[in-house]
Amino acid sequence: MAKEKINMPQLGESVTEGTISSWLVEPGDTVNKYDPIAEVMTDKVNAEVPSSFTGKITELVASEGDTIEVGELMCYIETEGGGEEASSDDTGEDKPEAPVEKEAVGDAEDQADEDQPMKKRYSPAVLRMAQENDIDLNKVKGSGRGGRITRKDLEKIIASGDIPKAGDKQPEPAKQEAPKQEEPAAPSQPAAASAQPAQSGPQPTAQEGDVEIPVTGVRKAIAQNMVKSKTEIPHAWMTVEVDVTNLAELRNAKKDEFKQKEGFSLTYFAFFVKAVAQALKEFPELNSTWAGDKIIQRKAINLNIAVASGNQLFVPVIKDADEKSIKGIAKDITDLAKKARDGKLTSADMEGGTFTVNNTGSFGSVQSMGVINHPQAAILQVESIVKRPVFMNGMFAARDMVNLCLSLDHRVLDGLVCGNFLARVKEILENMTKENTSVY
Amino acid sequence: MPVMSYIQAVTKALQEEMQRDENVFVLGEDVGKRGGVFRATDGLYDEFGEERVIDTPLAESAIAGVGIGAAMYGKRPVAEMQFADFIMPAVNQIISEAAKMRYRSNNDWSAPMTIRAPYGGGVHGALYHSQSVESVFANQPGLKIVMPSTPYDVKGLLKAAIRDDDPVLFFEHKRAYRLIKGEVPEDDYTLPIGKADVKREGSDVTVITYGLCVNFALQAAEKLAEEGIDAHILDLRTVYPLDQEAIIEAAKKTGKVLLVTEDNKEGSIIGQVSAIIAENCLFDLDAPVQRLAGPDVPSMPYAPTMEKYFMMNPDKVEQAMRDLAEF
Repeated sequence: MAKEKINMPQLGESVTEGTISSWLVEPGDTVNKYDPIAEVMTDKVNAEVPSSFTGKITELVASEGDTIEVGELMCYIETEGGGEEASSDDTGEDKPEAPVEKEAVGDAEDQADEDQPMKKRYSPAVLRMAQENDIDLNKVKGSGRGGRITRKDLEKIIASGDIPKAGDKQPEPAKQEAPKQEEPAAPSQPAAASAQPAQSGPQPTAQEGDVEIPVTGVRKAIAQNMVKSKTEIPHAWMTVEVDVTNLAELRNAKKDEFKQKEGFSLTYFAFFVKAVAQALKEFPELNSTWAGDKIIQRKAINLNIAVASGNQLFVPVIKDADEKSIKGIAKDITDLAKKARDGKLTSADMEGGTFTVNNTGSFGSVQSMGVINHPQAAILQVESIVKRPVFMNGMFAARDMVNLCLSLDHRVLDGLVCGNFLARVKEILENMTKENTSVY
Repeated sequence: MPVMSYIQAVTKALQEEMQRDENVFVLGEDVGKRGGVFRATDGLYDEFGEERVIDTPLAESAIAGVGIGAAMYGKRPVAEMQFADFIMPAVNQIISEAAKMRYRSNNDWSAPMTIRAPYGGGVHGALYHSQSVESVFANQPGLKIVMPSTPYDVKGLLKAAIRDDDPVLFFEHKRAYRLIKGEVPEDDYTLPIGKADVKREGSDVTVITYGLCVNFALQAAEKLAEEGIDAHILDLRTVYPLDQEAIIEAAKKTGKVLLVTEDNKEGSIIGQVSAIIAENCLFDLDAPVQRLAGPDVPSMPYAPTMEKYFMMNPDKVEQAMRDLAEF
């Protein structure tokens, strides 16, 4: 421990003296080198006097209001040179490098974030050296202005051989970040919890008043599947417009009687699923999967349908949809939706899908771009049926119109086959009339 | 080893070369009987006579032109421009004739002449006696521009310039003439034109400069050494063509480069040095390359306060070096 003097510094070229307008420290205070200790008024400027040392202020020699010549004593400071405070200050911290001569020792944590705006501004030399030597720059203390890590800092670290690498368990200075979100101890759905969705860049942090919702279970599985689909599959999109006026007449004519007789509703969606199943039989290209070096065309036509329940989304499967009547499909839809709402879907209900039909129209959507249900080759979004004026035979007519939006895996499928497929679905739907269509 | 001033080294080099080679002769305004307005040719008239130390009319274009003609016929003229500021009337001769002679004649002819001129400010010389003119000539292939910083370099480089088979502009800082003294060997030595020289080894910050500013940088480096800042100083010595290899090496040494010139900042020699560093040293740079130069005003002012503001000095260099070291 050593007792040092802090003298009035040269505060300007022609400044010879300064008046202490206020002390910013008291005897007993611990200060870092360069911390302001007093405000001084000169005939030119008002300035803060920085501490020349790190240590404990022991005595203020000058009083407020005193005018002191440049170079004269202002106060005494006890510097850390193996004293008690020094050791207690330092025990918790394993420094990644020897601090450069001028750097403050001791309470480095406080500076770490606040006074180091240049901490993460890396020069080309620093980045190159960090990469070549696999140095984790987050663990390096910078001696440059604003906490900047200098080339010399890295040269010293490399010369010392004590290189902080990413993943090393080195105690880091406490960061002023919100605590990271905790991983749940046991994810409720083990199958879904294997990997975090890919994430790049720094984690966003919550501000006061924000609500943090842990990502678990179904939400996590959804996130993973969406990331997987969107990162792996080159998506392309197509939309066709279908005139379902006849279909609407057909359904309206039958729905009440059907409900009474069967005990469940005859929804539009069942007709769409039926039409898709039929068209898939004719265009098996869409009922397929990308398998790296080959494309697998599925024989079975098992259609996933999207069912939302609360904040969860399930895609249970209507098995062998091509073999089922409209009634059979409507029954499956009803059963699966009920199971989803009651939380009773089994893994058997979810397995084996080969193509997905999504009833986005139930939310009022008229246009959407679905994310393909990985590893399938396409997904069809059935949008809202809306009454719109359409030209027919040179005149306006009020028609029931619906958009069918297809997302396709462009590795597997091209525009031509998908266009033909959609044209076929459209044709089937537009020809569903009271006269020629049975729901049984 | 004798200690001599910068200007004594000029005189010594001229005298030795005139003794060594009878083709060497001196021409210029007042260089003869008067011995030059700065006394750079003092004693030469008495020793070598009026045919080898020629007083010319006040016609710089003629001085350069006569020199070129004599050089083409095998002489080794050393022409003096009384002040570098006065070189402007001779620019056409120098750039259009001297610089291009060898190229234009397909190597049949050459112009092995040296043009000496005192440049620079800080002597209360005002507009026409203070300018730095090197950048005017620094994109003329065929020319070489030498700007030494020490008496030792003056003698070695001036002798090399006189012996060079192509035209060399030799700019001597007029304030350095009597300010800077140093040891100069008595023997016959030359220094290579086109080679920079490390004047101080250091690891914190690199200063690349030339002429009088080398001296300022060395003074600043000594002060900064007390603060633990260790400066590396490269003296370009030849400012055209530049010693790229040495520049790159010096820049890579510390990754923090300060370039200093007394010339106006824009279009100066150090802009070219900066470009060489940018092209070659990106991944070694630890700070933006800094240029410390005179302001972009037409010339050195006369008022002492304004001249001080314009002129480079050790304090300015020291401040810029510290700023860069702390970056």
